[in-house]
Amino acid sequence: MTATAEAPAKAGAVPSMTVTLKILRFDPDGLDGREPGSEYWEEFTVEAHATDRVLDALHKIKWDIDGTLAFRRSCAHGVCGSDAMRINARNRLACKTLLKDLNPARPITVEPIKGLPVEKDLIVDMEPFFASYREIMPFLMTSGPTPERERLQSPEDRAKFDDTTKCILCAACTTSCPVFWTDGQYFGPQAIVGAHRFIFDSRDEGEWDRLEILNDKAGVWKCRTAFNCTEACPRGIEVTKAISEVKRALTTGTV
Amino acid sequence: MATEHEFDVVIVGAGGAGMRAALESSQRAKTAVITKLYPTRSHTGAAQGGMAAALSNVEDDNAEWHTFDTIKGGDYLVDQDAAEILCNEAIDAVLDLEKMGLPFNRTPEGKVDQRRFGGHTRNHGEAAVRRACYAADRTGHMILQTLYQQCIKQEVEFFNEFYALDLILDGDPQAAGEDGEVSVSGVVAYSLASGEIHTFRAKSVIFATGGAGKVFKTTSNAHTLTGDGMGIALRAGIPLEDMEFFQFHPTGLAGLGILLSEAARGEGGILRNSEGERFMERYAPTIKDLAPRDMVARAMANEVREGRGCGPNKDYVLLDLTHLEPAHIDAKLPDITEFARTYLGVEPYTEPVPVFPTAHYAMGGIPTTVQGEVLRDNTHVVKGLYAAGECACVSVHGANRLGTNSLLDINVFGRRAGIAAAEYANATDAIPTLPADASAGLEQTVASLRATVRGDGTERVAQLRRELQETMDMNVQVFRTAESLAEAHAVVKDLQERYKNIAIHDRGTRFNTDLLEAIELGFLLELSEVVVAGAEARKESRGGHYREDFPTRDDENFMQHTMAYKRADGTVELDWKPVVVTRYQPMERKY
Repeated sequence: MTATAEAPAKAGAVPSMTVTLKILRFDPDGLDGREPGSEYWEEFTVEAHATDRVLDALHKIKWDIDGTLAFRRSCAHGVCGSDAMRINARNRLACKTLLKDLNPARPITVEPIKGLPVEKDLIVDMEPFFASYREIMPFLMTSGPTPERERLQSPEDRAKFDDTTKCILCAACTTSCPVFWTDGQYFGPQAIVGAHRFIFDSRDEGEWDRLEILNDKAGVWKCRTAFNCTEACPRGIEVTKAISEVKRALTTGTV
Repeated sequence: MATEHEFDVVIVGAGGAGMRAALESSQRAKTAVITKLYPTRSHTGAAQGGMAAALSNVEDDNAEWHTFDTIKGGDYLVDQDAAEILCNEAIDAVLDLEKMGLPFNRTPEGKVDQRRFGGHTRNHGEAAVRRACYAADRTGHMILQTLYQQCIKQEVEFFNEFYALDLILDGDPQAAGEDGEVSVSGVVAYSLASGEIHTFRAKSVIFATGGAGKVFKTTSNAHTLTGDGMGIALRAGIPLEDMEFFQFHPTGLAGLGILLSEAARGEGGILRNSEGERFMERYAPTIKDLAPRDMVARAMANEVREGRGCGPNKDYVLLDLTHLEPAHIDAKLPDITEFARTYLGVEPYTEPVPVFPTAHYAMGGIPTTVQGEVLRDNTHVVKGLYAAGECACVSVHGANRLGTNSLLDINVFGRRAGIAAAEYANATDAIPTLPADASAGLEQTVASLRATVRGDGTERVAQLRRELQETMDMNVQVFRTAESLAEAHAVVKDLQERYKNIAIHDRGTRFNTDLLEAIELGFLLELSEVVVAGAEARKESRGGHYREDFPTRDDENFMQHTMAYKRADGTVELDWKPVVVTRYQPMERKY
């Protein structure tokens, strides 16, 4: 339960510690006498280094203790967006959350992100999330003949949508949103971020098509500016600001 | 019973090469993309620094200089006809992405901006040239997102989290001989969500499955880069080319292997040893820190070996950005400086960043023609089968890939493979039928692995993988000798034996990632043997392959590609394939 730093650490060695992870599990198959679809908490204690991430601790459990534990991961350094999960009640990427930055004296709780159907343990069905992304037509729309060389864009115009190009579609923002949890229709913050990236791109001519979609009942007006999304974004995108820029465009009729 | 699907073209893998191929193929023929990850999780998204093309947007440049640099950078193991195509088509490849909406950084005039990168020079080596088109230090992310967005627009059909694990051909490629013919019939895949097996009949199949960096312990590669496509091809009797050539990227975060882009040096960053010396001045007097990656990685390892490493264990060197303006760092290198802060607690504005080489890129892979057609020997293709991207070897990277040439490779040869595969499909009358037992092999593999749960097996997948990665890091990294390779070879063979005695934990059907990790380890073990066997046979030093017992390049005996075949009895046999030379005769590689 408790974590103790091994002292004194020898020079250059990374201090090790004992951490307990309390994981919300979901068994779709109904193995070991459980009913299919059982949900239960399980605690695991592992030795870890202070520089380890939550993902490293999950791997230690999966690789050395219980291979049935299921979670998604790929790049392991915060750029692929596979391993968003709820860690100590906050949405984060497991590969970007260092154990030493959590309070190691208490068990670290790990749950699947909320608002999407759980498939197994920490894995959720991402399809509704990607469906919302597809809805906002996340691709450059232009008219007229295709130029021979590149379309010109000033560094200033390029900067207007830089923040929202960072999105890795991890769903940390959308699944931290209280409106998304309770309202089955709401697109969620990511879809608005995805739309923002094109609406404010000077090369794009589809901004009003997208704004019309976001003006819909499932769209941007559902946002209650809870700011959870901005806090949850592992890429540091100012999600609430992007949403307010979209709202302003709708109110003023200008992009 | 396996669920059967039929398509004209099936693409395996949804990184840059797979999606670039899909954009072409799906316009021309009924296409499916089978991918073990959601497309946006692919490791193309981790590429940082840029994509090379002689646009001449900021200074004089041309495709011929780029071609020369690519060939020299590859230490003359590059097929020069392929390099000419790569560099000539680079300009359109970048412009195509821009027209698709890719948000490149811009010059004051609004054109695509360009910056310096290792080994890319003006006029055959005179000085570094600004050739890398980029979007901050997340160019790969932008390429992956843009291609995915275009796939959404074109309504490309994806089978997400489907693991293609078997390739079905209508004959044995090793028995076909000079006059015989072998064609593709389809692939067999495992659905992660359901545990069900699906067969895909197809006229054309494109492998775009990425790399195999997880054969090493310290790597910039994702956990999912287990060389599946290369392993499937090898098992189907297709050779693998030049697998001993693995790139170790100089600047991995020390101890972690997380990539810090070469763009850091392109923007002015300097490597220093424990004496504060800019040691690259000794190794590459003209372009210094912007020498090709193999040379820089070796120089770093050498500094550490000679006692000039930094830190308490003297086991890394330092990447110094402290002389750069913080605003410049924020504008050009925001992600990688954040990695240093997050994972090492180092502030790059004021402190140099500990770095050491990290296994990064497989120059070798499934041999192909410049149309992406897969070769079953030195000259014959498997009809209907294509490969592109890191899993393929065309060979534009030779013995050492230049930075920014891989994002270029996936776009140029992904596009070519997509067009060629669709055109072949359209010229082929019927979708091949699969033999009745097409899925039997995979069904058997899955069933026998499930049966190991609580069985007699005593070996754990993770333990075998750790031992494999440790021996590969210890013995097959930047410096290699006959002894180190023999040691690795023995360990790999032993691990292959122990693999027969594994036990997994999860017998479930849904999202059984335990079972898939076991299958992936099987590929890693087979590919490691090919890497080591090739390295043992290549008694010379060239590009990323450095033999301390044979420290010079030997063009007389080894200016040729390695072709590794897996025989029916399980042994790996090596053959050679000539390098295509058009106009560049090998010369000494100085920078």
